[in-house]
Amino acid sequence: MTDAHSNSATGNEVLASAMAEPLRAPASFKRKMFYITMGIALIAFPHVFDSPFPHHVMIIIFMYALMAQSWNILAGFCGQISLGHAAFFGIGAYSTGYLFFAYQISPWIGMLIGVVLSMLMAIAIGIPTFRLRGHYFAIATLLIGEGVQIVFQRWELVGAASGIFLPIVREQPLLSFQFHGTKLPYYYIILAFLALACVVVWRLDRSRIGFYFRAIRDEPEAASSLGVNVTLYKSFAFMISAGLMSMAGAFYCQYVLVIDPETVFPLSLSILVVLMAVMGGAGTLWGPIIGAAVLVPISELTRIYFGGTGGTLDLMIYGALIVLICIFKPEGLIGAVKMRHADALEEKCDSGDARG
Amino acid sequence: MTWEIVVQAIISGLLMGLVYALIAAGLSLIFGLMEIVNFAHGEFMMISMFAAFWLWALFGLDPIYSVPLCAALLFFMGVATHYGIIRHILGASMLAQICATFGLAVFLRALAQFLWTPDFRSIADPMVAGRVDLAGVFLGLPQIVASVGCLIAFGFLYLFITRTETGLALQATAQDRDAAELMGIPTERMFALGWGIGAACVGVAGVFLSTFYYVFPEVGLPFALLAYVAVAMGGFGSILGSLVAGILIGLVESIGGLLIDPSYKLLIVFGLYLVIVVFRPKGLFGRY
Amino acid sequence: MLEVEGLSKRFGGLLANNDISFEVDAGRILGVIGPNGAGKSTLFDLITGYQLPDAGDVRFGGRRLRGLRPDQINRLGVGRTFQKLKPFTDMTVEENVMVGVMQHTPRLGAARKLALEALDFVGLLEKRRHHAQALSTGQRKRLELARAMATRPQLLLMDEVTGGVDQRTLPGLIRLVERLKSEGMTLVIIEHNMQVLMSLADDILALHLGRKIAQGAPQEIQSNQQVIESYLGGAYA
Repeated sequence: MTDAHSNSATGNEVLASAMAEPLRAPASFKRKMFYITMGIALIAFPHVFDSPFPHHVMIIIFMYALMAQSWNILAGFCGQISLGHAAFFGIGAYSTGYLFFAYQISPWIGMLIGVVLSMLMAIAIGIPTFRLRGHYFAIATLLIGEGVQIVFQRWELVGAASGIFLPIVREQPLLSFQFHGTKLPYYYIILAFLALACVVVWRLDRSRIGFYFRAIRDEPEAASSLGVNVTLYKSFAFMISAGLMSMAGAFYCQYVLVIDPETVFPLSLSILVVLMAVMGGAGTLWGPIIGAAVLVPISELTRIYFGGTGGTLDLMIYGALIVLICIFKPEGLIGAVKMRHADALEEKCDSGDARG
Repeated sequence: MTWEIVVQAIISGLLMGLVYALIAAGLSLIFGLMEIVNFAHGEFMMISMFAAFWLWALFGLDPIYSVPLCAALLFFMGVATHYGIIRHILGASMLAQICATFGLAVFLRALAQFLWTPDFRSIADPMVAGRVDLAGVFLGLPQIVASVGCLIAFGFLYLFITRTETGLALQATAQDRDAAELMGIPTERMFALGWGIGAACVGVAGVFLSTFYYVFPEVGLPFALLAYVAVAMGGFGSILGSLVAGILIGLVESIGGLLIDPSYKLLIVFGLYLVIVVFRPKGLFGRY
Repeated sequence: MLEVEGLSKRFGGLLANNDISFEVDAGRILGVIGPNGAGKSTLFDLITGYQLPDAGDVRFGGRRLRGLRPDQINRLGVGRTFQKLKPFTDMTVEENVMVGVMQHTPRLGAARKLALEALDFVGLLEKRRHHAQALSTGQRKRLELARAMATRPQLLLMDEVTGGVDQRTLPGLIRLVERLKSEGMTLVIIEHNMQVLMSLADDILALHLGRKIAQGAPQEIQSNQQVIESYLGGAYA
C-alpha cells in the first residue's frame, strides 16, 4: 500500500513528470489521417454517387445522426434521459414552416426562432424537474412529448392535424432554404449541421462544462459537494440538446416542405433517437453517428421488404434491441471499444507501477 | 352546466380514479422495492386488455370471469420481466434502467400492433352493461363495477402488504434491502414477487377497463402517463398515496373535461404534475 | 469558524437531530462520535446543505449557511466527504479530482496540475490514469479526500475516515489527516474508531439519538458516563 509519507519524499520528480504529460494523448497520425480521409469522402460522396437515392439516404442518416447526437449530449454525457425529444424536432419544424408559410420569414430565421423556443421549453421543463431524481425528468419528457403533439393536432392556427404545406419557391434557393432539381445543397447543409453538433461534443469533452456534465451523470450529489451547480449545468445540457434537435426539425421541414403533427412529433421518433444513441454508444462522440449509420439503412430496408407492417416490425426490433443493449452492452458499440482501450491503458500504467 | 352534470362529473371522476389508483399502486409497489420506474406499465395493462378481449371473442368468456385469469397471466409476465430483464439492470446506470423498461414498452406496443393490427376492439356485450339512474345522474354500470372491482383488488393488495408475513417481508425489502437480506428474506424473490403483484394489479385494472373502453395497442400510454403523475403525487413507494392520488387525478381529469376541451385533459394532468414537482416532489406520502 | 446553533431535523416520526449546538475554532479538529443512528451524517447533511434544518442555524466565518445549496456552501469554503463513497466511476482518478479544482481553475491544463498536486498529497499519484472504479476502498477514501481538498476548503467535514479500511492502510490515512491539520485545515470528523480520534482530535462531540450528550477533550469524553452508556448500554456504565 502506497504510504503517503514516503511518497512525498520522492514526490517532486515524479510529480513534475506527471504534470508534464498531456491530459489526453494527442491524436495519432493514423487517427488524423482517418478523419481527413473521412472528411474528404463525405464531401466527395455525392459527386461519386450522383443520383437522388444515395443522396437521400445519406441526408437521412446525417439528420438522424444529428438528432441522436443532440440526445447524446443530454443523456449520454449529462445522464438526463429524455423520452420525448421529438417535441423539439417538431418545434423546430413548425416554427420554420409556419413563419415562412404565414409571414414569408426566411426559414433560416425561422430556424433560429425555433432554436430559441426549444431552449425556452427546455428551461421550463428542466428547472422544476432537475432538482429531483432522474425519473421525474424522464416522466416529464414523456408528458411533454405527448402533450405537444396533442396541442399541435388541435391548433387551428398551424393547420391542426393537416399540418402545413410550404409554398414552393424557386427563386433565391439559399435564402428561402429550398432547393429543387438537386439534393446537393441539402446534403452539405445537413452535413454542416451534423459537423457543428460534433464540434460541440468535441469541445464539451475538453472543457469544464463537459467535466461537470459527466460528474453530474455519475454522482450528482458528489458533484454538488465539489461546487457544481447541478441544476444549472443540467439546464445547459438540455438547452444545447434541444437547440440542436430543433435545428434538425427545421432542416426536415425545408427538406420535405410539408409537416404535420403525426410526422414531426411522434413517440416513434423519440424512440429512434434513444435507440440510435444507445446502440452506437451513449456518451461517446461517434456513438450516435454509428447508431444512425446502422439503423437508418435497416429501417429503409424493412420498409421496402415488409411494406405495410414494416412500421411495427422495425419498432419491435428497436424495442427488443434497446432492451438487449441495456442488459448486455449498455455502453453501446463504441463504448465497448473505448472500454477496451481504457483497460489497455490501465495495464500500461500498472506495468510501470513498482509498488502495489 | 346543470347541477346534475357536475355531480355526474364528480362521481365518474371518482370511479375512474379508483381504476387509476390500482394502476398507480402497481407502479408504486415496483418503485418502492427497487427504485425502478416501470415504463412498460401501460403496455402490461394493454396486454391484459387484449387477453380479456380474446378470451371473450374466442371463448365467450365474460371479462368478469377473466379477472383472475388475466391477473395470473400478468403476474407471470411481471415475474418473467424481473428475471429476464430487470435482474440484469439493477446495478446499472439510470440510462440503462430507464431505457430497458422503455424498450420493453416499445416492443410490447409494436408486438401488439403486429399481431392484432392497430384496430380498435371492444367487448360488445359484457355481462355487466347498461346504465344506472341515481336521481338524475346517469352512471354506466360497467364503470361502477370496474371501480368497485379495483377498490376490492386494492383492498386485497393493502391487506396483503400490511397483514401477511410475505407482505411484510416485501415492505422490509423495500425499506432496506441489505437489512432484509441479513434477516433471511430472499430479496431476489421479493423483487420478482413485487413485479408479479405490480403487473397483476394493472392486469386487473385492464380487464375491468376493457368492459367499457376500447382495446387497441396504443391504449396503454395515456393511462400510464396518468399513473406516473398519480405515483408522483401520491409519493413514489406509497400504496396508500396511489389511492388518494388516483382518485384526485380522476376528479381533476373529469372536472377539467367539463371546463375545457376534453382532448386537452392530458395537459391539465401535466400541469398538475409540474405543480407537484415544484411544490411537493415527495408527494403526499412518499419517501423520495 | 463554524457555529452550529440549535440544529434540528425531523424525518417523519424520527427526530434525527435535536437541538444540536457547538462551535469549532479555526485550525482545530473536532471529532463527532455516537452509535449508529445518532444523527451524525444528518448533521453533516444539514451543515452542507443537503437537507434543510427544521430549526436552528449554521454559520461559517460569520456567514449564514442555512438555505444555501451544497455547491454554494462548498464555494464558500466548506468541503465534505461522504460515508458512502461516490467516485465518478466513468472518469479517471485525475479527472475526478479535476472536477473539484475547476470551480476556481476552469482551464483544463492548469486544473490538471493542481489535481495532480492533490493526488500527490494523498499518495494516489501513480493511479492517476486509472479508472476510479478500479480502486480499492482505501484508495477510494484517499480519492474522496483529494477531491474534496481540491476545492480548497477552509473547513473539511469528513464522514468516516476509517470505515471499511484494513489495518495496514489505517496508519497512512491517519498520517494524511495529521498533515491536513498541520497545513491549517479545520476538520470535523465523524469517526467510529476511538483510538484514531484519541490521537487526532482536539475536541470531541458525542451524539446519542439525535442529541448532543457531551463535548470536551478526548480524555474527558472517554470516561464520560453518558457516552459509555450510549455505546454499551446501562449495564456497563
